[in-house]
Amino acid sequence: MTSADLVAAALFVGVLAYALFGGADFGSGFFDLTAGGSQRGAALRTLIDQSIGPVWEANHVWLIYVLVMWWTGFPAAFAATTTTLFVPMMLALLGIVLRGASFAFRKYAASMAQARLFGAIFAGSSLITPFFLGTVAGAIASGRVPAQGNGDLFASWLQPTSLFGGLVAVGTCAFLAGTFLTADAQREGETALADQLRARTLGVGVFTGLLVFVALVPIERDAPTLSDGLLTRAAPLVVLSGVAGASTLLLLLRRRFAIARLTAVTAVAAVVLGWGVGQYPWMLVDEVTITRAAGAPATLAGLLVVATLAAVVVLPPLGYLFWLTQSEQWTHAGHPGLADS
Amino acid sequence: MGAVVTTLVLTASDGPPGLLPAREQMALSLGWHIILACFGVAFPTMIYVVHRRGLVRGDDVALSLAQRWAKVSAVLFAIGAVSGTVLSFEMGLLWPGLMGSFGDVLGLPFAFEGLSFFVEAIFLGLYLYGRGRMPARRHLALLIPMGVAGVVGTFCVVSVNAWMNNPTGFRLVGSTVSGVNPWRAMFNDGVWLQFAHMWVGAFMLVGFVVSGVYAAGMLKGRRDAHHRLGFTVPFVFATLGALVQPLIGHVLGLRVGNTQPSKLAAFELAVTTEQPAPLHLGGILVDGKVHWALTIPDIGSLIARNSFDKPVPGLDTIPPADRPPVNITHLAFQSMVGIGTLLALVVALFWLARWRGRDWRENAWFLRFAVIAGPLAVLALEAGWVATEVGRQPWTVWQVLRTTDAASTNPGIWWSYAAAWIVYAGMTLGAFVVLRSMARRWRAGETDLPSPYGPTPPLSDLDSGISGGREVPASGRGHRA
Repeated sequence: MTSADLVAAALFVGVLAYALFGGADFGSGFFDLTAGGSQRGAALRTLIDQSIGPVWEANHVWLIYVLVMWWTGFPAAFAATTTTLFVPMMLALLGIVLRGASFAFRKYAASMAQARLFGAIFAGSSLITPFFLGTVAGAIASGRVPAQGNGDLFASWLQPTSLFGGLVAVGTCAFLAGTFLTADAQREGETALADQLRARTLGVGVFTGLLVFVALVPIERDAPTLSDGLLTRAAPLVVLSGVAGASTLLLLLRRRFAIARLTAVTAVAAVVLGWGVGQYPWMLVDEVTITRAAGAPATLAGLLVVATLAAVVVLPPLGYLFWLTQSEQWTHAGHPGLADS
Repeated sequence: MGAVVTTLVLTASDGPPGLLPAREQMALSLGWHIILACFGVAFPTMIYVVHRRGLVRGDDVALSLAQRWAKVSAVLFAIGAVSGTVLSFEMGLLWPGLMGSFGDVLGLPFAFEGLSFFVEAIFLGLYLYGRGRMPARRHLALLIPMGVAGVVGTFCVVSVNAWMNNPTGFRLVGSTVSGVNPWRAMFNDGVWLQFAHMWVGAFMLVGFVVSGVYAAGMLKGRRDAHHRLGFTVPFVFATLGALVQPLIGHVLGLRVGNTQPSKLAAFELAVTTEQPAPLHLGGILVDGKVHWALTIPDIGSLIARNSFDKPVPGLDTIPPADRPPVNITHLAFQSMVGIGTLLALVVALFWLARWRGRDWRENAWFLRFAVIAGPLAVLALEAGWVATEVGRQPWTVWQVLRTTDAASTNPGIWWSYAAAWIVYAGMTLGAFVVLRSMARRWRAGETDLPSPYGPTPPLSDLDSGISGGREVPASGRGHRA
């Protein structure tokens, strides 16, 4: 492995982490949107606040990590992508801004009317972002981004691979969020809520699973390089995603919510990894390889230092945060009014 | 992310069609984000001080301040996180000419900044939601990594801007970049002073803004221990910042004279080289002549060059194509210096009076000034960024990359610029409405501020009548609390 490959791998770890953890946060927007009126949906919305409140900002930073690794490690390919995919990136950005701001605003809103407005913005924008980031991935994977940049502002992403990529992104996010929220609800002793979430997550899971495998058909014609990779090198991952996804559905049916989280993460991770392995060794498919796109060697070495530091400095506290939020102690202790005394 | 490429109102005569909207959008989003970034840098330290005081002295007033500031930071850091993300995207979307050619030269500090942002976000989550869920001392200690991450993050972001002013760590042959040394670029010659200037500026901004909020409360007659402490802690930080900032600024200014003479000429409104140079207070340049300036002989040399007779090189020494927009740079620079001087003077007088046994917190005129000191500090910070960024023009990377070559060629940026205005106006309004309602509910005696759709608050809250107007779900989820 060259240092360019290593940096690309470190970058892709960020993509994967963002797709899984950031994805689960975005996916909760789908359940928030479909939770029902302000009375009926109150329990679910409160659960969503509790589940993603402590972690969404940390999960969000994976995106920043991806961007800085990308533009520092592979600057020309980054500029080629931003000039070509200006529109979906701006729209994804719009969703990111609206989601984060309105989520924070809703929690501290003074009235139900305000909370409803911020909640609608939060939920809606939670769908926009994964969709457009999915179209960006689809455009790169189907060879729509020319090495010199400035590709067509619309045709580059208004094509089958991007549109399926967008839908798959929305679906996988919702699927992840559903399994996590169901487990959270059960841990909190909210059985009725867990049942409601279980039914919806099953629906989302079946839909997304079908979507992922149906998408392979248009992708074969629209993105031959990616399709070739998916059916050869990445084939085990495709199979794994199918098996893990189906297991998740079974586990949800049998109400094994805690383990279902693991299989759901595995299924989605396999889809995302499948894309990465499928398009390797291309940075921009059919245009620039990872090696050709790499920036200065000294900078790549510096980025490997950053990635190592991230593993040492960031992962332990991040693990602590996740462990705390998923622990019994966190769920049941700590009424905010009783602290510090 | 950081303070990087921006410029205000310039007529883009012969740049690419994306140049003007790219500049405007960057200026808007950076100018907006920098205020929240200051809170991210300085607020955890201030929260630490009151939280620690609360724990160590068993001071309930200090503890309740810490809890409220933590809730405010939850809102401010959320919108700061997303507005910072905007800047990351914009680096590529608006300035592909910069990122495509120099991404691997300037990118490393951004990567480290990403790490510190990570640390800050993780510990913020732990701190905000960890209250009452872990030992009190550990909960307090969570603020320390946040404060440290703020310092490191400031250094990293400012490092990129300092590199744009002092490009180094690469060789340029024609338009080919080679011999890249990202560490040299990161630790360029300008970084330490610029970092100090920004870091201290962040503490000034937050210190004056937060103390101003409590000064406003005291003006309305709320002179309880809560308001006095809420005023004093940030004001002490603001004092330290305001007193040391003129010194840092002066040394930084001397450096600009050596490294970026055209910027200094614009700062000083120096049309021709004069020895010794006068100081032009105010004034604008019309058709190459200075109008309406208060001119003080010889002082320009002293301030800009630390000497009674060294010349300040004039704009006449700079080729016309390389001159920055003079008037904006000059007025922004002098606004920053003027406000900074005023703030330093007033805090010095406050502590002098205090030393003489007089408490100006009882003085309505001082409190009025303390209220506007917040907006003034914001203005000074914005003016400072305008001065240094516009003053670097026409270069994005000093004498290496022109802004016309850095900007996007995409004419569609007008659309995203318009959308940016709507979104930022909406976020400003949303933050204002939410923060104001939080303050109102706190004044009414509420402490926890549950969400309107959340579990039914404990009865004591309902009794005090502040939940009026909120629909409380009838489902009786209160048992969970």
